[in-house]
Amino acid sequence: MNKKALTIGWLMVLPGCLFVVFFMLVPLFLLVFRTFFDEGGSFTLNGYWEMFQSTYFQQVFVRSLKLSLISTAICALLGFPSSYYIAKYSRHKGMLMAFAVFPMFTSPVIRSFSWIVLLGKKGIVNSALMTIGLTSKPISILYNEVSMTIGFIQLFLPLMILSLIGVMENIPEDLNLAAGSLGATKLGTFRHVVLPLSIPGLVTGSVLVFTGCLTAYTTPQLLGGTDTRVLATVIYQYAMSLGDWTQASIVAVVMIVVTVCVSSGINGISRRLNPTI
Amino acid sequence: MKKSKSLFLVTCIVYLFLIGPLLIIASASFSDTTYLKFPGEGFTLRWYAQIFQIHSFLAAARMSVFIAVAATLIALILGVPAAYALNRYNMKGKDAIQALFLSPVLIPVIVLGFVMLRYVVNQYQLPVVTSLLVGHTILSIPYIMRVVTASLSNFDFSAEEAARSLGATQVYTFFRIVLPNIKSGIASACIMAIINSFNNVSLSAFLTGAGVTMLPIEMMAYVEYHFDPTIAALATLLMIITLGVMLLIEKTLGLKSVV
Repeated sequence: MNKKALTIGWLMVLPGCLFVVFFMLVPLFLLVFRTFFDEGGSFTLNGYWEMFQSTYFQQVFVRSLKLSLISTAICALLGFPSSYYIAKYSRHKGMLMAFAVFPMFTSPVIRSFSWIVLLGKKGIVNSALMTIGLTSKPISILYNEVSMTIGFIQLFLPLMILSLIGVMENIPEDLNLAAGSLGATKLGTFRHVVLPLSIPGLVTGSVLVFTGCLTAYTTPQLLGGTDTRVLATVIYQYAMSLGDWTQASIVAVVMIVVTVCVSSGINGISRRLNPTI
Repeated sequence: MKKSKSLFLVTCIVYLFLIGPLLIIASASFSDTTYLKFPGEGFTLRWYAQIFQIHSFLAAARMSVFIAVAATLIALILGVPAAYALNRYNMKGKDAIQALFLSPVLIPVIVLGFVMLRYVVNQYQLPVVTSLLVGHTILSIPYIMRVVTASLSNFDFSAEEAARSLGATQVYTFFRIVLPNIKSGIASACIMAIINSFNNVSLSAFLTGAGVTMLPIEMMAYVEYHFDPTIAALATLLMIITLGVMLLIEKTLGLKSVV
């Protein structure tokens, strides 16, 4: 490699690098750095200590993790069978995948709003419940944790489905036939062949769904209430409504730490369990 | 095939859950009632006409399109040469630089919005449009980097060497040999980046202001105070455009190359 070409190479890389460093990396560094210092400029962990001491933040923190975990589990439960059907049985695979992509391309505002219409007091879900006689007057399913979870699942289920289809497609049909000819039942084949081979897709999908739920802003803002705030809505509340940038910074750092830990943690565990990934 | 039948049933439920609410919105947009109602009553197109009466929607839509396209263009200008150089000139620290370009994906967008507002926009007193452009460019860079790197890894650089040895200049070679070979990759990256930017809420929520607003933010504000079918009509219109874009992608690039 001659020197001139290398110089050209660096000239091509540099503008983009500087852009990301200047507008994202340095600000992020400042954000994290300043949460460890008080107004006098001495090192302190007091901000974090006080944050985790407050019952309000504890509730928000636990709620965020809980709703993300529940949504991820339901996405996996719903996504696994449907992805398997699409990858292995369906004759309209392309079309079904397109219909999974379509909601992803649709604004989260529209998707959350559609649930406001459905779950409201005069919405179709409540009228259906009253018609069957399950309830005599409209129940409130909106602006609480239930509606948020429903919104999350609808928002991120396509990611799970696409991740799973990606790996399930590559499971050779021969393996199923071989298992069958060796006497395995359909369920046995599923448990011992399909399931282990789908783990990488399940892991990718789960990380995407979990971090997606944990950091989503639109859905909890539209489908949650003032007493069901999560990390993302709290950052916005602290920063924009209350003007408390110190608190907002601390919550933001907590969010970064949790997302990074979860994604690298889960990926690390799955790599240890299955070195082929 | 008993098993596939139960799988089929689950798949139906899943798709009903994914698409059903969107269809209900679409059907409610034709309802001849002053509030959103499903099943609707009567049939009218007046809510569609109403969209174009709301000035803030129009201004916000124009701004959203402008920011999405302009930010993606800037991301292209920054990202394509970088992806090319990283693949072409086996540079030192290649992996680290690539990671840097992909890193915005790892940071929650809501945090990105807050950080940029606090340490970039307020620090340097950037005008609203500039800060939106910068923010959305950061969002788009990873898309460009990822897809262009993938297309370049399939590109045979000996074609470039051949052109060079026949006397073509480096710049000419880049535009006539390299670029045409990765143009479908670039196109799909652009589409993804534009859609992502157009639909973004978390970043824009922090960076809009002073009379400059984006369509999703405007829609969210409208939803908080109104419950008439106008918003359903706008949603339907946007979904029709999305479907159109998807059909176009399928016909030209294949949907699989994009997602």
